Amino acid sequence: MSTQTSTQRVDYRLIDSTLRDGSHAISHQYEPEEVIAIVRGLDAAGVQVIEIAHGDGLGGSSFNYGFSKVDEKELIARACDEAKNATIACLLLPGIGLADDLKDVRELGVGMARIATHCTEADISEQHIKTAKELGMETIGFMMMAHMNSPQGLVEQALLMQSYGADAIYIADSAGAMTTEDVRRRVNALVEALEVPVGVHAHNNLSMAVANSIAAYEEGAANLDGTSAGLGAGAGNCPTEILAAVSNKYGITTGVDALKLMDVAEEVVRPMMPRQQVIDRAGLILGYAGVYGSFLLHAQRAAERYNVSQADILMELGRRQVVGGQEDMIIDVALELAREHAEQEDK
Amino acid sequence: MGKKCAIIGSGNIGSDLMYKMLRSDVLDLVAVVGIDPASDGLTRAREAGLDAPHTGPDWVLENADDIDMVFDATSAYVHVRYYKRYAEAGITAIDLTPAARGPKVIPPVNLYDHLDAPNINMVTCGGQATTPMVYAIRRAIDSLPYAEMVSTVSSKSAGPGTRQNIDEFTKTTSTALREIGGAEHSKAIIVLNPAEPPILMRNTVFAGLPEGSDHTAVLDSIHEMAAEVSKYVPGYRLKNPPVVEEGPFFTPGGEVPHRAVVLLEVEGAGDYLPTYAGNLDIMTAAAMRVGEAVAHAQQEVPA
Repeated sequence: MSTQTSTQRVDYRLIDSTLRDGSHAISHQYEPEEVIAIVRGLDAAGVQVIEIAHGDGLGGSSFNYGFSKVDEKELIARACDEAKNATIACLLLPGIGLADDLKDVRELGVGMARIATHCTEADISEQHIKTAKELGMETIGFMMMAHMNSPQGLVEQALLMQSYGADAIYIADSAGAMTTEDVRRRVNALVEALEVPVGVHAHNNLSMAVANSIAAYEEGAANLDGTSAGLGAGAGNCPTEILAAVSNKYGITTGVDALKLMDVAEEVVRPMMPRQQVIDRAGLILGYAGVYGSFLLHAQRAAERYNVSQADILMELGRRQVVGGQEDMIIDVALELAREHAEQEDK
Repeated sequence: MGKKCAIIGSGNIGSDLMYKMLRSDVLDLVAVVGIDPASDGLTRAREAGLDAPHTGPDWVLENADDIDMVFDATSAYVHVRYYKRYAEAGITAIDLTPAARGPKVIPPVNLYDHLDAPNINMVTCGGQATTPMVYAIRRAIDSLPYAEMVSTVSSKSAGPGTRQNIDEFTKTTSTALREIGGAEHSKAIIVLNPAEPPILMRNTVFAGLPEGSDHTAVLDSIHEMAAEVSKYVPGYRLKNPPVVEEGPFFTPGGEVPHRAVVLLEVEGAGDYLPTYAGNLDIMTAAAMRVGEAVAHAQQEVPA
């Protein structure tokens, strides 16, 4: 173990979610060999934390979110075995995963738990934050769809998570819907109000992920999320290799090797990707309409199945103010659109 | 002459149940029991001409000779402390908390299996909404390897009990899908949605259909069950016609070629709670259904 990397001062901590958020983009089909290759590459590049789970967190394997090809706990065990320096983290959404899942992954060697709720429902995280803390894990409260709550509203929610014992608080731009100004106001309010560090998880649906992450750092965020090659829900996450390169340009110390991250993205992750992370119409609509990013591929499948427009499905979901986890509403909307089309043809 | 009943708990559920029970010919509500004399729920009970003691479950035990049946709308914690004493006092307890001390009852599936039980558990709101559909699918096919439910309720209708122990909801509901619904494997998911105005309760049931399943029989059975539940929960309906989607799907119960998708909505009756709180309405409506069936059974076979 290199003492140089472990004692190096960094300006923000990078949490890589290629093996969790990236799981959405490959419909939860990760194989053990892929997990090992990604962990090895990220670990060697100096990434401090590597998150792994089903895309919808522990226990997410389901009809509603897609079944995992390989049991996530088997993949997590491989990741824990492979990581030499990096901490392995798991995400859990109360209502989907169980506190019992945290106990299981702790035994596998997971060192960090991120407990995620919709940005207005922080009080459902108490049971799981406390369980993770009792298990001795670093515990992060993770507020999703943060564009749907005001800076002051987020502060109120974050204070709840802090009171349950969270070691840090994240806001996630799960719909990739925030402008840089939106991010600045929210991070600024949280940094002012909280005793614990703040983090930001950005998505690229409006092509703002790297800029928003840098803005978050400038406002005092001490943790930033990304994924290799941007692999993730919607139009993708903040690409870690780009974030590292841009950080270097700004003179921000990250502790990670930008060139090695470029190698991982190009040589390990891109060859696994069924599609490149581009901002096509559907991806852009997610950000524009403020729709949860992981709906993208589910909406594509429903659009094909019921012969309706993916864009129409996503716009309607935005109008209905659905939140993360309501993937079943994609089928609901597709059926209603198909019925409307049929009625119009009858006329 | 109805059975003498008391509701324990003067919160939202207790008040909603009170208004339903006041209309019953079979259940004779005599008291709503609380712990705070100034609470809105006890005030409502007094206005309805009922006894409204504030000495909690002990009042029921002190007046056991005059009470045949209690409906517990407190919390799992309180129910666990008292359930044995209700039974010892000869009082049938219909448990609306997640305590799960007695057999679980989903009216259109197993209402008549446990009418003589001293304690009957009402599972969860999501369990009441979705277990009937899992059972409806199961009865139309040879075996059901895997079933899943997703319940979305408005943030305003999810009380502190649910929020502090959300695992209890998912575990209890998932168990009901197997033990009562007949699925071999199961999963339950709950999502809270803060949209304004509040959304109606939504429930989706997914069921893996093995090779050779009669899809028409499955869909017919789903429609029949929707009609059955809506007899006692008038706001229970299929939001869209049920569909069978082509896979394959690799479920925890094995690979299946198709899945059934049932999209449900539950609008509350608005007895006390607003109509969006279908999740609370389906609990009180199901508890009424059970209470009335128990009362009928006890009248037919005097103890």
